[in-house]
Amino acid sequence: MSNQTPSQTVGPYFHIGLIRPGDNMNVMVNDQTRGQRILVRGRVIDGDGEPIPDAMLEIWQADSDGIYGHPADPKHADADPAFGGFGRAPTDDSGEYSFKTIKPGAMEREGEPTMAPHVNFRVFARGMLIHAYTRMYFPNEVENENDPVLKMITETDRRSTLIAAVDMGEDLPTYRFDVVLQGEKETVFFDL
Amino acid sequence: MTNSEPRGSLDWSVQPPYLYPPYKSTVKRAPKNPLVLLPRSLSEMTGPVYGDDSIKPLDNDLTRNSALNGEPIGERIIVTGRVLDDGGHPIENALLEVWQANATGRYLHVNDQHDAPLDPNFSGLGRVLTNKQGEYRFTSIRPGAYPWLNHENAWRPPHIHFSVFGSQFISRLVTQMYFPGDPLMPLDPIFNSIPDEKGRQRLIASYAHDVTEPVWALGYRWDIVLCGSQMTPFESGKDV
Repeated sequence: MSNQTPSQTVGPYFHIGLIRPGDNMNVMVNDQTRGQRILVRGRVIDGDGEPIPDAMLEIWQADSDGIYGHPADPKHADADPAFGGFGRAPTDDSGEYSFKTIKPGAMEREGEPTMAPHVNFRVFARGMLIHAYTRMYFPNEVENENDPVLKMITETDRRSTLIAAVDMGEDLPTYRFDVVLQGEKETVFFDL
Repeated sequence: MTNSEPRGSLDWSVQPPYLYPPYKSTVKRAPKNPLVLLPRSLSEMTGPVYGDDSIKPLDNDLTRNSALNGEPIGERIIVTGRVLDDGGHPIENALLEVWQANATGRYLHVNDQHDAPLDPNFSGLGRVLTNKQGEYRFTSIRPGAYPWLNHENAWRPPHIHFSVFGSQFISRLVTQMYFPGDPLMPLDPIFNSIPDEKGRQRLIASYAHDVTEPVWALGYRWDIVLCGSQMTPFESGKDV
């Protein structure tokens, strides 16, 4: 047994500490950021199919060249200095969240399987005693077929919960990624 | 569980389950499928990097960072401790975000309808970075208990919410710190969701007389241990 500190729920009032006016942590790009601007949006849904208005999502992703701005990435010296890679968004009254970010590149590292472009998600909510981890992949990427994580999810229905849908009607390319906490279309969640 | 079995970095013998029916809101929000164990990759070993520009001067003093026309009401406290990985190494530049109710048990939040007064000089939020030794320290007001609707006559024990970033995607922790000797803890399903008694005790700060400042504030010490130290970069064991 480890000496880890246990997790506790964010509760209903996390906004005062984590979502501050003016921070706009769901906007992850500025004028200098390299790459294709995209919107990522969706809903967080409970076991009754109802939207969850008091959830919070955090995302972490590589830059447009598939590089993480963190020393553990051997390529980090080449990471886009105008892209932090981290975003946070609450859900609104209709359970919707959105991020403005860039499309991450695929990740190729010597001796490792190529990772398809993806966005790492953490899900928090009132009623969740510990956050859940998932990933969002992009539809129709050639690298999806051999991605080491997607390959592990052999059931087509389950695997499809990790792949965003193209959403129409916005100026920017928009991807819809719903996070279903429970039920028939439950999202695949990970133990990391 | 033996070492040869695959396991993630979270220790589920001390972490709460998703489904814990005494905390009613978990019932429809708990995933039912087993978690899928991921192969380790750069996505889990990296994470946002924080530094001095992540915080402002008064972020670590909740008694002053939102004072309008005086000092907040309540018992002044100093909370300090270290942030470590689960190999015992201190984590520098860990970002902590804290939020809490005021001394009456009321949050400055539109959805908090508890009939207790707000304090114009207290908003209950703060931020602090750990130093080279992994230490953090902030000043606040001891929060009050407050009622909630989970069950008949339900009250949350006084607590401070902590959000902590270590250096990796996997080392994230959001939790709550409790105060020693509080009679509401054994009645609280959120506290009791932790399956292990030692784990529950790890959520309770210690009164620390050496932290207490004479004629000023009571001191509490609370160390935080994040997961992640056993993580090797790749299964192949390459150094990175």
